[in-house]
Amino acid sequence: MTDAPAANPGLYAYAPWRDRPKLEWPDGKTCAVWVAPNLEFYELDPPANPHRKSWPRPHPDVVGYGHRDHANRVSHWRMAEVMSRHGFPGSVSLSVALCDHIPEVVEDAAARGWEFFSHGIYNTRYSYGMDEAQERAIIEDSIATVKRLTGQTIRGWLAPALTHTPRTLDLIAEYGLDYTCDLYHDDQPTDIHVASGRLTAIPYSLEVNDHYGFFIYNMSPREYADTLIRQFERLASEGEKSGTVMCIPLHSYLIGQPHRIGPFEEVLRHIAADGRAWIARAGEIVDSYRAQTGGAA
Amino acid sequence: MTLDPSYLEYPMRRRGMDHDSYPYSALPTRPPLHWPDARLLQIWPVISLEYFPMVPSDTPFRAPGHMQTAYPDYRHYTAREYGTRIGIFRLLDAFEAVGARVSIACNSAIAQRYPALLETILAGGHEIIAHATDMNATIASGMPAGAEAAIIHESVETLQRLTGQRLRGWLSIARSQSFDTPRLLAEAGIEYMCDWVNDELPYDFATPAGSIVNIPLNHELSDRQIINVQQQSVDSYAQQIEDAAAWLLAEAEAGGGRMLPLHLTPYIMGLPYRIDAFDQLVRRLAALPGAGFATGADILNAWKARQ
Repeated sequence: MTDAPAANPGLYAYAPWRDRPKLEWPDGKTCAVWVAPNLEFYELDPPANPHRKSWPRPHPDVVGYGHRDHANRVSHWRMAEVMSRHGFPGSVSLSVALCDHIPEVVEDAAARGWEFFSHGIYNTRYSYGMDEAQERAIIEDSIATVKRLTGQTIRGWLAPALTHTPRTLDLIAEYGLDYTCDLYHDDQPTDIHVASGRLTAIPYSLEVNDHYGFFIYNMSPREYADTLIRQFERLASEGEKSGTVMCIPLHSYLIGQPHRIGPFEEVLRHIAADGRAWIARAGEIVDSYRAQTGGAA
Repeated sequence: MTLDPSYLEYPMRRRGMDHDSYPYSALPTRPPLHWPDARLLQIWPVISLEYFPMVPSDTPFRAPGHMQTAYPDYRHYTAREYGTRIGIFRLLDAFEAVGARVSIACNSAIAQRYPALLETILAGGHEIIAHATDMNATIASGMPAGAEAAIIHESVETLQRLTGQRLRGWLSIARSQSFDTPRLLAEAGIEYMCDWVNDELPYDFATPAGSIVNIPLNHELSDRQIINVQQQSVDSYAQQIEDAAAWLLAEAEAGGGRMLPLHLTPYIMGLPYRIDAFDQLVRRLAALPGAGFATGADILNAWKARQ
């Protein structure tokens, strides 16, 4: 483990898309679909990280903070109800301090059978600049906090606000976490080179993340819904050769807005009715992959 | 640079919010809200009337829609003025055609500069919401002592003097507040603010000068966000508003009254190639069973009268 920047991070072996060994999902399904709601808490007045500002405006950033707070007051409940109605469990990217602030939301997710992985303590505290002891502290805090409220032992990690250090992947593997959502090189799970243990990268997605859809690509709600269906159609088709993974990463304060939730519900209805989707939690997908692939690649 | 140990301390990590302005509340757990006349959905149009001085101020920040070129920026100055000369009247025509009264978030400079416009608004029975003095009067933490209070005072006093009405609502430019803003608004006698978009119904917001109501004016559903920022067409805008209305009406059947805020900008929506589609949208919204148009004051009254 070193802090020195590496031009080649050596994360994984190159694997061409053609002629891969066949991954098979349960019941002959061709595409494992998992939904990843980000359940987050953003602080109104967080301390400054010298490497990244928490808010673009002077505190209080009323628009930014209010938007995120809408998730816990209004849109989580709307989004979760739609997911449950169509049989989609969540695999939650969790700001673990939400367990302390608003356990109602976390308990609701747990009662729906959702799985939790850590997205840091707050989405306003970044890993940039942390030393090893500090990074161990947030991993240990994450494991203990989620265990205390939900009884679940977290198995995965999505770096808080996607902020990493070069030692993050080694550390989460050392603590026994099974998967990372931070690497975007593939449509199938991949084992990652780590110092100890076994760590699998599960395909998450920035490209079809609702944040990218609405604020990078400026899609309308119906355009975003169409994008998700096209993503699914292609991955389900290619998955006949070797099973693929599609992640739908969500932020309820975006997808749960009143003009977006209706078109999104049609996406879930479409995928659930298609017949090719293995609708699963992240941990189940990683388990299936590992059962088929044996030791680390 | 290694982080200071305090970066891993969380003094506000506790049950509930990380501030004392309002308690946590999940919308589905609240008693259903009943609007007058058994309405399910209050559609709340808020039209911003903005005056942009041709010399922009960057303290504390430059307002959205402000000047962009080297001086003199005739193109943006006049394009914004198009909204106050023509666009506003097209919007008022669209709403008055269906008998709707709306809220007008008005810079006090507009009322001073364009008395004929103010007269039209008042004659139509519309509500005036205070919206700072002009588009150089942005607010954020770090302003000199007294500067923010002076903006609020001048805006509210000027508008009350020129309208002869007591003003009840406030909208900050870009919804930007300092930590002091809610208190200063309460001290100025303002009953509701529109800036915090963390909810879809009114709620009580505590300040050291007493409580103020926040009525969330959804920025995601604004013409600025959908048409100007996200670059979508007016037809897409209309569809998004109707999708929202349909969803909220269905939710209201089960969970109690809902609100659909329409934040509008005359120089954006009031253009000739957009206004027909908007006019037709207003007519379709007016015909929705269970829905009706309301001002912020109407919504505030219903909130205060709730059981």
